[in-house]
Amino acid sequence: MKHIALAETSFRPVAGQGPMAMASYRTIHRILVPFPVAYFAAALATDLAYWQTAEVMWERFSVWLIAGGLVMSALVALAAACDLAFGKQRPAWIRALGYAVAVLLSLLNVFVHSRDGYTAVVPTGLMLSAIVVAIMLLYSVAGDWTLTYPRGARP
Amino acid sequence: MNPSKIHRTKLPRLATVLAVGVASLGLAGCDDTGGDPRVQIGSNPALPAIHQYLLPPIRIARPVPWVNDTPKVPAGLQIHALATGFEHPRSLYVLPNGDVLVIESNGPKAPVFRPKDLITGVVQRLAGAKASNANRITLLRDSNGNGVPELRSVFLDHLNSPFGVALVGHYLYVANTDAIVRYPYEDGQTFITDKGTKLTDLPGGPIDHHWTKTLLASPDGSKLYVGVGSNSNIAENGMEAERERAAIWEVDVATGAHRVYASGVRNPTGMQWEPETGKLWAIANERDEIGPDLVPDYLTSVKDGGFYGWPYSYYGQHLDPRVMPQRPDLVSKAIKPDYALSSHVAPLGFAMYTGSALPAHYRRGAFVSEHGSWDRTPLNGYKVVFVPFNGGTPSGSAEDIVTGFLDQNGHARGRPVGLAVDRTGALLIADDVGDTGWRGSSATASSASRQSS
Repeated sequence: MKHIALAETSFRPVAGQGPMAMASYRTIHRILVPFPVAYFAAALATDLAYWQTAEVMWERFSVWLIAGGLVMSALVALAAACDLAFGKQRPAWIRALGYAVAVLLSLLNVFVHSRDGYTAVVPTGLMLSAIVVAIMLLYSVAGDWTLTYPRGARP
Repeated sequence: MNPSKIHRTKLPRLATVLAVGVASLGLAGCDDTGGDPRVQIGSNPALPAIHQYLLPPIRIARPVPWVNDTPKVPAGLQIHALATGFEHPRSLYVLPNGDVLVIESNGPKAPVFRPKDLITGVVQRLAGAKASNANRITLLRDSNGNGVPELRSVFLDHLNSPFGVALVGHYLYVANTDAIVRYPYEDGQTFITDKGTKLTDLPGGPIDHHWTKTLLASPDGSKLYVGVGSNSNIAENGMEAERERAAIWEVDVATGAHRVYASGVRNPTGMQWEPETGKLWAIANERDEIGPDLVPDYLTSVKDGGFYGWPYSYYGQHLDPRVMPQRPDLVSKAIKPDYALSSHVAPLGFAMYTGSALPAHYRRGAFVSEHGSWDRTPLNGYKVVFVPFNGGTPSGSAEDIVTGFLDQNGHARGRPVGLAVDRTGALLIADDVGDTGWRGSSATASSASRQSS
């Protein structure tokens, strides 16, 4: 799957554009996009651990992981904007929208996780973490998490 | 190329629906204006349902200087600055010869456990609560009792976040945040050079969330009672961090041995002996983040062996769902406090009045200083109140005695903290944002002080 994606962004010739220009540009946000996925998935694992043990260390892990995932999401958005502006890319609207939903849910989740005590996780925080991971997983089945296509490529 | 392309359009729609659903749930309760605090004053406060926040409200009063203004007092009283230019004065103590000790102190650096702690730090700085820590006690001497001290000296320096002070015979006990230290003291001394002897350790760092350790000596001088606040809002640092905290300790003066006299008191910040019955009374700061009108801070008599709920329940046996595992065995014994002061007022100073210099109305009762709320709209507290007592229990509604700490724009000129009654019977108030010691006295105080001196 990976080599297909690389072929899409790097080597496919597009009408009206020189092949040299395409070859010299790789989307930046592609490098960053797995980080939030990994962080949010890890937060679900630590949430489950907290639910089972009520050990505060796990809740602290969760809230830092979600916060870290949000910081990385912001970097992804920034990078994707650069790609759109300078990388001859156009938005993959459906994937971008799904990604945005997962990030917004995680934003709610970081506030829920900032509560004090058990209800920082159980039940709302745990549910939100699970929904976010479910959305991300569905994307992985759907292909990859990149938010743009090269201009001229068909979605 | 992509086998699952056909599913793409449906999934984000589902996610959007979920997002909107969750967002509306969270934001539904955002109209969070606190009700009339008066329904939460007295022996039967109204307790609304718990509301847990998505975004906890933060409402602080930005500090502005007093310049030449003073707090306001009702007719029959007057108020003046006893002295100014302190560094975060937190508590006051009056020595037998009339000298006033001003404890200039602040908490140790709070550790960052969660992203939230970074934000709390910024908020505290804006509210003027992150002033430097002087770790010092300053002595003021006003020999003629006219409210203008002639002498000011550094009494004791290089302490560790001190708060409580108690004199027993010729020994002065200072409660640092991590230990009680004993210093020899002779009447009239204006500074102490002795290094001091540790009587006992107290629960201190590394977290030390509620750092103030208030101190009260038993009338016979054999015991010290120590208010030890909790190490968290609601046990979110784990119960192992709460060992012997949220409690009132009884420390034996001769040996330094201690026992927990009462527990489940989230943050006991002031203690006094009720003069008619000789019973121990305390003020306490209750928990945050479950609503603008939960949980009322309180004033209560303290029973030996009594459990007052924290963290498992509040105001008697109202369960707090944020604590896991729960302890129904303890909750079933939780004592309902005697007198609610209303929510988030942050009582930090307590003085039972036994003097006679103030008007007769104030001769039986308790002064309580309310440092003021930081997480409630509208602001609550920021004043000193008087709770009348009769027969050893509160006998009426709390009355505003010292107000004007907030200006019309909701800025704080000062925040009242420690209280004490000076030798002439005037009420002294430490103000840790205005960095001033205020002295409230009878409007005819000049004659009253002449009689008593």
